[in-house]
Amino acid sequence: MSQPAIEVSPTSTTVPQSGVIQVRDLKKSYGDVVALRGVSFEVAAGEVFGLLGPNGAGKTTTIEILEGLRTADSGEARVAGLDPETAGTKLKEKIGAVLQSTNLPDKLKVQEALTLFSRFYKRHSRSDPAALLRRFQLEEKKDAFYKDLSGGQKQRLALAMALVNDPEVIFLDEPTAGLDPQVRREMYDIIEELKTEKKTILLTTHYIEEAERLCDRVAIVDTGRIIAQGTPRELKHRSAGTTRIEVRVARPLREDLVKSMDGVLDAREFEGTLVLHSSHAPQTIVSLVKTLEADGNELQALEMFSPSLEDVFIELTGRRLRE
Amino acid sequence: MQTWILTKIRIRLALRNKTFIFFGVAMPLGFLFLFVLIFGHGQTGMIAYILGSVLTITVMGSFWGLSVQLVIFREQGILRRFRLAPVGAGPLLASSILANYVLVLPAVIAEILICRSAFHMHTWGNLPAIFVLVSVGAATFSAFGLIVASVTNSMQETQVINNLIWSAFLFLSGATVPLAVFPQWIQRVALFSPATYLATGLQAAATKFVTGEELLTDCVALIVGLALAFEVSRQLFRWEPEAKVGGKGKLWVLVALVPFLVFGAYENRNGDRLAQLHKNFSQLDSGPHQTEAPADTAPAQQ
Repeated sequence: MSQPAIEVSPTSTTVPQSGVIQVRDLKKSYGDVVALRGVSFEVAAGEVFGLLGPNGAGKTTTIEILEGLRTADSGEARVAGLDPETAGTKLKEKIGAVLQSTNLPDKLKVQEALTLFSRFYKRHSRSDPAALLRRFQLEEKKDAFYKDLSGGQKQRLALAMALVNDPEVIFLDEPTAGLDPQVRREMYDIIEELKTEKKTILLTTHYIEEAERLCDRVAIVDTGRIIAQGTPRELKHRSAGTTRIEVRVARPLREDLVKSMDGVLDAREFEGTLVLHSSHAPQTIVSLVKTLEADGNELQALEMFSPSLEDVFIELTGRRLRE
Repeated sequence: MQTWILTKIRIRLALRNKTFIFFGVAMPLGFLFLFVLIFGHGQTGMIAYILGSVLTITVMGSFWGLSVQLVIFREQGILRRFRLAPVGAGPLLASSILANYVLVLPAVIAEILICRSAFHMHTWGNLPAIFVLVSVGAATFSAFGLIVASVTNSMQETQVINNLIWSAFLFLSGATVPLAVFPQWIQRVALFSPATYLATGLQAAATKFVTGEELLTDCVALIVGLALAFEVSRQLFRWEPEAKVGGKGKLWVLVALVPFLVFGAYENRNGDRLAQLHKNFSQLDSGPHQTEAPADTAPAQQ
């Protein structure tokens, strides 16, 4: 189900009514540091909703408030109809979560971890630990100590633990951070499988590919605010018809030379890389080569990209999303 | 049910940990051999007294182990993961105490058997009394350790507090240096320490001087201390390392010491614990011990 893209201002007071997750004007500070400046969004049942943004944007703070691990300074939050701040074990029975960093006792075995955590929940909602081991390809490691697992195996275990109670809502906080690309893709497959089961999932990430591939809708978060919200297709439509060209040259180009190149709509520099948004990529490249030749400069690298959420972020913030 | 599941897991984790094997089993036995070597003087009559002292040190070890473990779990984010599950602080703390009790028993049993068989201790002592005091003592000192973990804000702070309290427990209880050799004023101060009730109780139970009334006093003091310490640690329990305990919160610790302040005041004013202690100590010799409890005497004169 597609919803129109929404640009949400920090002071939006839109009141979500029907979502499984409802957040309205959430604010949170840690001393002098303002983490959330009024975040509002809603996640429908069976939807995968992503919070995409750089480190420090407020994604983890948001998700931890919804998990009941932190309390907001103001605003309202509801998960499956419950207030995370006051619901206690009632909420915990309904949710599963993968923290940004999960840690378990070193000498706890994989199967023991699943069995232990499943026994915390009511009998009727427990998943079979053996079935979870098979599903997450941890059978061979069922008697391995937690400390002996690889990063990918630990993350798969964390995800399996999040499902021991067959939860209604799943929170995934940077589920693939720090994993190598192959393992990351394995995790994507697992999460896509959860999508087919119509689980309601709130996911935080700073990986564009992850948000574009996994999420039905995405909210782009920056400095404690949601700056854009919608389906990935709708968000990218803002940059439709443009191509992002990333260039590295031997010597920095003068700004007037860059802006005079054919087809260039926007030009910014990030750590030695010139990022151009062009409406006519071939013409821009020809113009670039001529400009470099005239300037006695040298082209070192050039890449072209179709519109992505990164372009939306650059357009709205003037900064890159990825580190 | 949650407490039982957690207890089983904690026991398994401890048995897989070489540190536990060293501090929980090897070190107490090492203390036993050392004490017999230094203080035994070839007098088999002293062995029972030494056993009481070593049992005290073994049981009090619960204090150190649990406080460190809880702080480590919090700092490493392990408690955080448990917080996401429908399990509260009560079962987590209770399982720590139960698991620790089960884990302390093998060392206790080994110490008794070694004293009997290898060091020719004359009697088994008052085994039921030993069992009761070990059980209550292990739980109480575990709870004290949990209080320390609940109020300290870092591992460094925990180690400092542990060292201070542990030193007081060891040296102001009679577990290492017999209380009877201290100046009178130190003996009176020691009556306010929970460790004194455990040490004097176990020493008396091992040498079979204990009376039912004496055992009752020690147990009541320790049980009340356990209940208060558990509740305080549960109220102050923190899941996150970022959550700090302020100065006022730390004052709650004093609540757990209330029973010992009361008993200490009572013993100083009306009790005959010190007199009994002197009498028991003076009766230690190489011969068989009397099996009847000595008659109550007036408090020792200054």
